[in-house]
Amino acid sequence: MAATNIETWQSATVIETIEVAQGILRIVLEPTMPVKAEPGTHIDLMVQIDGEIVKRSYSVVESNQTGTRLALSVMKAPLSRGGSIFMHSLRPGQTLEITQPLQNFPLRVGAQRYILLAGGIGITAIANMAAVLKQLKADYTLVYAGRSRQSMAYLDELTELHGQRLEAHIDDEGSALKVNELVKRASEGTEVYMCGPIRLMDAVRRNWIERELDLPNLRYETFGNSGWYDPEEFTVRVPKLNLEVTVPQGRSMLEALEDAGADMMFDCRKGECGLCEVRILELSGTIDHRDVFYSERQQRLSTKMNCCVSRAVNLKNRCTNRHINDGPRHQSPSNQTREHQKTPTNVL
Amino acid sequence: MTTTAATSSTTNKVLPHPLNAWYVVGWDHEITRKPMSRRIANRPVALYRTEDGKVVALADACWHRLAPLSMGKTVGKDGIQCPYHGIVYNSAGRCVSMPAQETINPSATVPSFPTVERYRYVWIWMGDPTLADPELVPDMHQMTSEQWAGDGLTIHAACNFQLVLDNLMDLTHEEFVHSSTIGQEELSESDFVTVREGNKVTVTRWMHNIDAPPFWLKNMRDKFPGFEGKVDRWQIINFEAPSTISIDVGVAKAGTGAPEGDRSQGVNGFVMNTITPETDRSSHYFWAFMRNYCLDSQLITTQLRDGVHGVFGEDEEMLKAQQAAIDANPDYEFYNLNIDSGGMWVRRILEAMLDAEGRLPSAS
Repeated sequence: MAATNIETWQSATVIETIEVAQGILRIVLEPTMPVKAEPGTHIDLMVQIDGEIVKRSYSVVESNQTGTRLALSVMKAPLSRGGSIFMHSLRPGQTLEITQPLQNFPLRVGAQRYILLAGGIGITAIANMAAVLKQLKADYTLVYAGRSRQSMAYLDELTELHGQRLEAHIDDEGSALKVNELVKRASEGTEVYMCGPIRLMDAVRRNWIERELDLPNLRYETFGNSGWYDPEEFTVRVPKLNLEVTVPQGRSMLEALEDAGADMMFDCRKGECGLCEVRILELSGTIDHRDVFYSERQQRLSTKMNCCVSRAVNLKNRCTNRHINDGPRHQSPSNQTREHQKTPTNVL
Repeated sequence: MTTTAATSSTTNKVLPHPLNAWYVVGWDHEITRKPMSRRIANRPVALYRTEDGKVVALADACWHRLAPLSMGKTVGKDGIQCPYHGIVYNSAGRCVSMPAQETINPSATVPSFPTVERYRYVWIWMGDPTLADPELVPDMHQMTSEQWAGDGLTIHAACNFQLVLDNLMDLTHEEFVHSSTIGQEELSESDFVTVREGNKVTVTRWMHNIDAPPFWLKNMRDKFPGFEGKVDRWQIINFEAPSTISIDVGVAKAGTGAPEGDRSQGVNGFVMNTITPETDRSSHYFWAFMRNYCLDSQLITTQLRDGVHGVFGEDEEMLKAQQAAIDANPDYEFYNLNIDSGGMWVRRILEAMLDAEGRLPSAS
């Protein structure tokens, strides 16, 4: 949808902030050039992290007809790259630089049946779709999975709006989501739209492929910010450039290499396009592939990685995979003595 | 010129087009398995049919590098392949194959547009797809009714679609533009009534006890061989938003009760017109002439189609010249005559639709 996604930067005023769940802040913005946000849209905005201005993407949870009120919801993620901490510091009256709503996750009108799947904060990309499908009197189920009731934003409002069509799965109430059972229900003609942790989305994708369902009917959006493991600091060496760079917990390998002066090629910066791919010459530990560019086969090989989102981890650290029962797909036979050495294929 | 903001916008020389509406994208027979391209409301659209015969309308620009999909080929049951790097999309515009990688980029889609096949046309909805209700397709039922026979063609009109609507909403121009076929001086002399109801406008004109112009004399003689004498003639122009105009036209032997509803001593036609904006300066003008007599005669169908084609060719020339004059005289305003009441109501309705979409240009 390249043609409709030319960014129009403008300023927006924060007009409301309210905590809607544990650690989740709803932020309502008033843009200076309002456009109604269609379901599936996000905005890019500039956040400040340690005095540096960087771009982040957030789904638009809802907008009014004229687009003068755009609501986002941001989960405070201390292990992330710092954008959420900035967003949580916002107060009414402050202004931000934002784009108009951008569309990479369009809802198609006219499918026979829909399953909308939201894991945790992924509800931000899904809630607006559910509202539109209800308005269209479509056949849909909204599946919303979370760790606990307190951590699930908008659960009460969504229950009230969607009634029987909402299916909540809450880990600590013993009703955790069983992905294989969910996918089993996706009959021919069902379109699934999902947004959530990559572990959840990987599990759905794997089930989907195993069942040989029509791949284009599985729709998802990823901002490339979750993995199978918690992010940790690691070292990357680029022999050709004579570089050795530490990638801190809150920064991507791409950013760290850019900071060190490497002229990197990239585009989406969220693990979709494959342009920031680097070859792995030597590896100690494991690659936490957080992209959707590689097939499972390619991820298992771990001869390359998309450095915008994927990270190296030391497998001695605990696995944080607690949301989904399936394990990570690429338990590579790790050789823990070698150092990480990577040559970006795109650096000449 | 002193006008209030509310009225001056109605004389916008040319208007943008509402997007939340059905427009004809093509005749049903035009769209086949072989992809074609047509620009609708400023956007190039790739059109083809699936193996099952369903019409597909996708943005005619590949997600990757915007190469026109219409230059590609249909593949599989419902797909189309970009001719440049082989990316394949399904009928919903979702990428199903990226030849150079093992996965599919999740954002790889091209916009798809809702379509409906009805009245021998394929209709397309370019605006918000959640509003695309097939019930909103304008009525053109004469096109497929057993009581009517006929055929039509497409004109590529080098003007804004509003100028075509103006042309059809006021038929006094026939006296001057079509003097050799359907024009006669009684047209501009006779009274007319304009009625607006919701998104519809009707302009009714009766001419009593007049000579039939050549076109209508021929039609009368097809049904009533050797007919001579005076006729009562009618033109009832029916507009339905955004741009469909079906004109109930005919003549009957004078004084046989046609104005009161008995048209048995006459011949009746429906001039079916539906105009699709191509760009702000050009239009696809789909028309047909349907009749309710001599239904089995292909000869008459062809004669009428060719005859009307000739008549409309005269309009086409005028519309093109008018658009050129508008563009060449940007500082001059439009003025309105009493005969413009139908066209003015059409403009009022279109402005309300544009306003609802937030796309009404502000009054100058």
